[in-house]
Amino acid sequence: MADEPLVLGIETSCDETGVGIVRGTTLLADAVASSVDEHARFGGVVPEVASRAHLEAMVPTIERALKEAGVSAKDLDGISVTAGPGLAGALLVGVSAAKAYAYALGKPLYGVNHLASHICVDQLEHGPLPEPTMALLVSGGHSSLLLSADITSDVRPLGATIDDAAGEAFDKIARVLNLGFPGGPVIDRYAKEGDPNAISFPRGLTGPRDPAYDFSFSGLKTAVARWIEAKRNAGEDVPVRDVSASFQEAVVDVLTRKAVRACKDEGVEHLMIGGGVAANSRLRALAQERCDKAGIQLRVPRPKLCTDNGAMVAALGAEMVARGRSASDWDLSADSSLPVTEPHVPGHGTGHGHGHGHSHDHVHEVAKDNLYG
Amino acid sequence: MLLLALDTATPAVTAALHDGRTVLAESSSVDARRHGELLLPAVDRVLADAGVKLDAVTAIVVGTGPGPYTGLRVGLMTAMTFGSALGVPVHGLCTLDGLAYASGLEGDFVVATDARRKEVYWARYSGSRTRVTDPAVDRPAEIAEQVAGLPAVGAGAGLYPETFPDAHGPEHVSAGALASLAAEKLAAGEELTEPRPLYLRRPDAQVPKNYKVVTPK
Ligand SMILES: [Zn+2]
Repeated sequence: MADEPLVLGIETSCDETGVGIVRGTTLLADAVASSVDEHARFGGVVPEVASRAHLEAMVPTIERALKEAGVSAKDLDGISVTAGPGLAGALLVGVSAAKAYAYALGKPLYGVNHLASHICVDQLEHGPLPEPTMALLVSGGHSSLLLSADITSDVRPLGATIDDAAGEAFDKIARVLNLGFPGGPVIDRYAKEGDPNAISFPRGLTGPRDPAYDFSFSGLKTAVARWIEAKRNAGEDVPVRDVSASFQEAVVDVLTRKAVRACKDEGVEHLMIGGGVAANSRLRALAQERCDKAGIQLRVPRPKLCTDNGAMVAALGAEMVARGRSASDWDLSADSSLPVTEPHVPGHGTGHGHGHGHSHDHVHEVAKDNLYG
Repeated sequence: MLLLALDTATPAVTAALHDGRTVLAESSSVDARRHGELLLPAVDRVLADAGVKLDAVTAIVVGTGPGPYTGLRVGLMTAMTFGSALGVPVHGLCTLDGLAYASGLEGDFVVATDARRKEVYWARYSGSRTRVTDPAVDRPAEIAEQVAGLPAVGAGAGLYPETFPDAHGPEHVSAGALASLAAEKLAAGEELTEPRPLYLRRPDAQVPKNYKVVTPK
């Protein structure tokens, strides 16, 4: 439909500079510049390195996205940007760019939530999100179980990791096995040739008294590291394929078990899985198997839409426009710990939406202490 | 000519409009922790005060620091994005040069701003328009000999009176001064620099504990 909102979305919460353009639920462009190679030698994302890379990459990535989409900036109906959660300094680069872009073009600005964007991106793959939708977000930074009744206004956290994120556990085990960074894809590859039942690794927080929807991967990570250590100390070869398969099985077993249980408990018939770990082939297979058995519809976007990107931010921005949510103000701040219960950061009520020329005399909110920490 | 100048390399969040002859409007506020929030409203204000729209601007001038990185990037990112959206050139200007220009001092002096971590960003000048050393970042005690006897401009001077006993204003840069200097240079046919940040330090290679994204529980 031609009258669906045309929105450009900017994402800089971590190491990817993402700019996406959508028309309603149709993906037009998904341009990404990554600084991942600059971080690899540190074994993780260095915030200052990421922020510097965002500054360099931003304008070229915006211009590339517009070209890819074949649209003109003046035809946009809005600009959306990840306002949080994420790395404070990295977020601020994207927020600064989005504000300047929206202001210069006279378009409304929507500061949106990164986690809600991970859910909303599925609209670009499978059409409008069913309401409600259960979402399992798993990546190097997220392990959350969220219930979304309305992606623009009502997202409820049911559970989250109490220690490491799932993707972080993959990275750490890959490092112990000397497989490099990031760990997810390489472990997935080795695991395909290994036996998932070769070694019985612990399933965190699955006891009868444990919280039903929270996750813990720290104990698993330690158990795998100890097991490898013991092999090495005994002078034996470490069976990389079996360790990979057994470790991966422990992670995806817990993730899918808890996600399916949450769907059943809440009477939700749709489960979406997002975040970088959603690219894991075993997670997809086991989730499909368990959802089929429970009569749940599984929706997993293609891997490129699961990792951090601008398209997901544009998708949520377009939904904000479509549902008439109020735009953010020009003093929108980056909030490194924006709660998932706030899918977007609405303005203080004056609203802008029509570009230049009006003042904001209201009292500013107290700044977030964590921004320059 | 209509220049929009921005600077976020010092605790000041500052924006100004300059028509090639004079500063038409300026907005400055000092809040080292809220550059990101305050800059766009400041731009909005100077445009409203001057009664012009952003698309009338013919070039952007931005302070390239040196300055604390998180704040510094706000001005640069805003300037670069404006440049792309409006299709106008974006010029960089060393923030210390803006301070030197605003001081109006004759003869030899230094400009020093707060680099945090007990260091200053600084450079030497010979007259308010001529910088004679590259901007550097150092501990005040380590450069005491090099700056001995010289007047010092900028908040860095006030912070370290032992090294800089002869402190002069202004403390922070103003976009009005930056714009005036840029207008002078452009009129004289001088090339301004690319809008690239003067970081002067390598990034801290610290991977935070939950290094990907801080996810609220
Ligand atoms: Zn993410």
